[in-house]
Amino acid sequence: MSTNNVHTDPTAIGAMEEAASHEHLKVQPDGSVVGYKASRTLRLRVELARQLRRRRTQLMLGLLVLLPIVLVVSFEIGEANPNRRQGGFVDLATASAPNFVVFALFVSGTFLLPMIVAIFFGDTIASEASWSSLKYLLAMPIPRHRLIRQKAISSGILSLFALLLLPTVSLLIGVVWYGAGEAVSPTGDAVPFGDGVMAIYAATIYIAINLLWVAALALFLSVSTDAPLGAVGGTVLVAIVSQILDQITALEDLRNYLPTHYAFAWSDLISTDIDWSEMTRGAFSALCFAAFFGFLAIRKFTRKDITS
Amino acid sequence: MSKTQLRWLALTLAAVIVAAGALLWVNSGSDGPRVVTEDRVVATGGAQLDTTLYLPEQTPAPAVLVAHGFGGSKESVDGDARELAQRGFVALTWSARGFGRSTGRIALNAPDAEVADVSRLIDELAKRPEVQKDGDDPKVGITGGSYGGAISLLAAGYDKRIDALAPVITYNDLGQALIPNSATTEPLPGSPSANAFAAQGVFKRSWAGVFFAAGMGGAGFANPSAEAAEPGSDNDDQLDSQDPAAAAAGDGGGAPQGGLPPGRSPGGDQGMGPCGRFTEQICAAYTELATTGRASQSTVDLLRSVSPVSVTGRITQPTMIVQGEQDTLFGLDQSDATARQIAAAGGKVKVVWYSGGHDGGRPGASLRSQIADWFDFHLRGRGSDPGTSFEYAVQGALRAQGAPNVRTITAPSYPGLNGTATERRPVTLAGPQQTVVNPPGGNPGSITSMPGLGSVVAGSSRLASRLAVDMPGQVARWRSEPLTSQLLISGASTIRLRVEPIPGQPVPEDGVVLFAKLYDVSGDGSRTLPASAVSPLRITQLPAEVTVTLPGIVRPIEAEHRIEVAVTTTDQAYAVPSQPAAFTVSLADNAVQVPVVPGTRSAQTPPMFALIGIFAVIGLAIVAAVIAAIRRRRADDVDESLVDVPLVIENLAKEYPGGLKAVDGLSFRVEKGQVLGLLGPNGAGKTTSLRMLMGLIQPTEGSIRVFGHKIYSGAPVLSRIGSFVEGSGFLPHLSGEANLRLYWAATGRPAEHAHFEEAIEIAGLGHAVRRKVRTYSQGMRQRLAIAQAMLGLPDMLVLDEPTNGLDPPQIHQMREVLKRYAATGRTVLVSSHLLAEVEQACTHVVVMHRGKLVAAGEVADIAAVGGEATFRVDEPDQAASVLGELSGVTDIEIDGKQVHANLDGTPRSKALGALVAAGVAVEQAGPRRRLEDAFLELVGENKA
Repeated sequence: MSTNNVHTDPTAIGAMEEAASHEHLKVQPDGSVVGYKASRTLRLRVELARQLRRRRTQLMLGLLVLLPIVLVVSFEIGEANPNRRQGGFVDLATASAPNFVVFALFVSGTFLLPMIVAIFFGDTIASEASWSSLKYLLAMPIPRHRLIRQKAISSGILSLFALLLLPTVSLLIGVVWYGAGEAVSPTGDAVPFGDGVMAIYAATIYIAINLLWVAALALFLSVSTDAPLGAVGGTVLVAIVSQILDQITALEDLRNYLPTHYAFAWSDLISTDIDWSEMTRGAFSALCFAAFFGFLAIRKFTRKDITS
Repeated sequence: MSKTQLRWLALTLAAVIVAAGALLWVNSGSDGPRVVTEDRVVATGGAQLDTTLYLPEQTPAPAVLVAHGFGGSKESVDGDARELAQRGFVALTWSARGFGRSTGRIALNAPDAEVADVSRLIDELAKRPEVQKDGDDPKVGITGGSYGGAISLLAAGYDKRIDALAPVITYNDLGQALIPNSATTEPLPGSPSANAFAAQGVFKRSWAGVFFAAGMGGAGFANPSAEAAEPGSDNDDQLDSQDPAAAAAGDGGGAPQGGLPPGRSPGGDQGMGPCGRFTEQICAAYTELATTGRASQSTVDLLRSVSPVSVTGRITQPTMIVQGEQDTLFGLDQSDATARQIAAAGGKVKVVWYSGGHDGGRPGASLRSQIADWFDFHLRGRGSDPGTSFEYAVQGALRAQGAPNVRTITAPSYPGLNGTATERRPVTLAGPQQTVVNPPGGNPGSITSMPGLGSVVAGSSRLASRLAVDMPGQVARWRSEPLTSQLLISGASTIRLRVEPIPGQPVPEDGVVLFAKLYDVSGDGSRTLPASAVSPLRITQLPAEVTVTLPGIVRPIEAEHRIEVAVTTTDQAYAVPSQPAAFTVSLADNAVQVPVVPGTRSAQTPPMFALIGIFAVIGLAIVAAVIAAIRRRRADDVDESLVDVPLVIENLAKEYPGGLKAVDGLSFRVEKGQVLGLLGPNGAGKTTSLRMLMGLIQPTEGSIRVFGHKIYSGAPVLSRIGSFVEGSGFLPHLSGEANLRLYWAATGRPAEHAHFEEAIEIAGLGHAVRRKVRTYSQGMRQRLAIAQAMLGLPDMLVLDEPTNGLDPPQIHQMREVLKRYAATGRTVLVSSHLLAEVEQACTHVVVMHRGKLVAAGEVADIAAVGGEATFRVDEPDQAASVLGELSGVTDIEIDGKQVHANLDGTPRSKALGALVAAGVAVEQAGPRRRLEDAFLELVGENKA
């Protein structure tokens, strides 16, 4: 046989016929076969299994584990400036484990973390479209609102896991290399180790909330295009433009409306008296953007013709 | 689709950028409320004062006098005055005697000169109708920085018409500011930054020189021009301020080159002697100080008489004292003394330490607005009571995104004002008695600060700490153990020192001069001198045991860092004795007493609108989700008469945007056990129809019913259909088997319903089923996709071009599979553009073209036999008549060289024999292929 010696054994057809003639599917009142239930389609376990087996997911999580190690190694190599109070927050990074985590969050906060969230959410539906598997998922049938919901939740779980992975690995590495000392805040406040760890995880949760807008925008682009790269790239592009506009001080208060404006409000948590005002504003701003883009995404996906 | 989406996104982004640019442009032109200015020259006793009045939009309003710093003029406070006018105050600026265009000689705020000038200006204000008055008493506040801060205090002391004041970075006693002595044997006040303020101090040579030069009309180094960092402030302004060129390019008042307004030559009408524009008295005092380094009693008295300390005992007006933490000229100790004296006199005092100063920068926008709030409340009762709290800024080391981070800590009141004392924590120091040497001529000297350049240098903490150099042999040090937790020093620490002569070594007749400093030593041993500040002290009698007040600073000393107290004999910024000397210094008490002012971070309460907004957004989302769920719960649309009919399509149409009708009025019906072929050339609308059948595309018109249930996206009845439409869809990173198993898992149906084994056997991939799908050939994917469609043995199988990419034996097998599958009572729907394919595989056929149904029926019916035959002959007319004569032959048609006829039971051989017997030449004889006719016609038309 020509095609890689692929052929169907004639007995296989017989077996199929045999099975088919003995089995007659029972039908439920709504027209579906017995055993089918819309609420059991694409369970999170299944979707996570589909995503976790992807090399992309594994690479991304691996990168987050590697980043703190790379940082430690760079600090060890570049020990040129010994005074830790001089050059700014880079030098404070090695002061203690919590500070190391804060540093890791700072350096990854502008680009890496939004990008990871953008990848998980932007890729999720667009990649199914690009593999042509989306139509088979919908024809199972998985109701569209359920498909986008399950996809969003599993992307959210993966993003949250990634966001927690970075501070956790950084904390472990930080404790080993720099000890369990006080966290020193950007404003010179000192927080005991225990409170510092709490603050770091609270900060991670804030970052997760603040990145909701990235998630929703990426999801919207993901249902709007069949090119996963387009959805991810488009989202990252918007984040970068927002950050650039945020640098233009002449825009004054208008910058408060930029989605990235409150991206670093979590640094208020590394403090003995926590100022919640910026974080509250940041959460509100992120929720507004997330609700808007999330609404667009769901509306678009439940109405569009699937042609890929 | 995706390209247009991306283009749309790019367009949106471009629009946002353009809009931002436009806003930027528009914003730069807006100025806020309109302010009218009025220039006037006011004659006072001994001087002509150049003044400007700033009128707000609404009058009458309280007036605020804005005094400028030393070396400046009314132009240098133009911005502040304008800001106050925009806040609704009448603002008045003037060039003080001897500065700017004002005439007269500088008397350093003497009561009968500058102070009298202010009273004269208030007289003028009282005459203006724009100024709010209580009877004849105008509502007046006064503020100013440095020299202007001092005149604020002095004027408030002398002129009770002033109702509130806010002196900024100024001195309490000029004598103590320029000739400080921080060693005493007396007890110290309980305030956080109290200085010994002892007599016989050490001359602050370089700062005094800078000041004197400013009075000569030279450089204006004396006043900071850049703004200090503030909590939550944006980085860019401060980053600029660290660039000397940018600072110089700022407003003229404080810029190094901007001492004189254009058009006025140095000296001008005053005649430029060695005294410049100073009065003889001041000039003589300075000359004495500069040449001898010591102050006579008359000089001390003169400086005291022109200093706020002479009137603070009389100030009862509400006073907001603003002092800088980066200030080697007028340190925190100066404001500490002023606060104590005014509080003792019964005045209401609020103290603010901000992160700037003569070395750091002028108050930033939020502090200036706080000063305006002070006047708002105390001059017209507007706003909330600013109270009498104590606020201090803590500058952190961490720079997020380049911004120096500042937080403000608020204590309920300034400690030490109402009988309370500042909390002091002892930090134990260790170190032996050490010998220090004063070199002949006091040179080389230790370096700590660069007067006037401080703001440039202090902007970079790296540069500032490099500047601090102690000469070997001239320094004694004591260090603490590393701290276990952070210690926030807020004020002046104190330490007790014992200074003893070395037998046989001379003791200078001027006494021993020492400079005490507090270093922050990091874990690796590098030392930082906070605020570049030192405390000079002079001890006239040896041996001595003295309490030394270290400089007032705000500094968080981190855990693992140490505190080091160092004592040196020289400092380049001060006049030190020129005779060589050596003596020993040791700790009289091994602990340095560090002031700590607990407070709360001045946190804003979370903004209510944002909190409410968060709940509102979440609430809206929940409401939207509930509404959507209710709307989805549509009644299932079932036609009970059709529950046994696998597929009924009625009047189906799909029109794409742009008017293209892919499917137009399609209707047909499929029964159980049929293998239906959907035949049509490419573009006939076959795939579009199948997509609508799967609920992927919304039909424009008509309906599809599967087993009676109407199809929509996600209709449960779709679970009875297994489909393969337009190519396979697999996860390329998984094996074929894993793909099938995950596919089934995603349906959520029980695994035993899947019949994996049978399906995998049908695919017949052998061991390849465990390879990743991305390695598969087109044919392998095709077969795996068909196997996937057969998972669960669905009642209807929908296959789109299933034989594409398969080779002939595989095609043959595929036909077999489909036929036998349908034979089990199931239904198979196959689309194809190949006539032969449909003819061989299907029992029924639907022919489509351009979205429309062309023919439908049994393949056997349409395609072949049933008695119809076609003869290709040379004489069609003759052939027709011959056939007509045969019994039972009907429906004779002539079509070119072909003759069609319904033989109805008459064997074709018999008809052929009759034709040949009649002499007709027969080229071809066979069953009539209606389907082929129709199809060829379509394809031909398609080509045309």
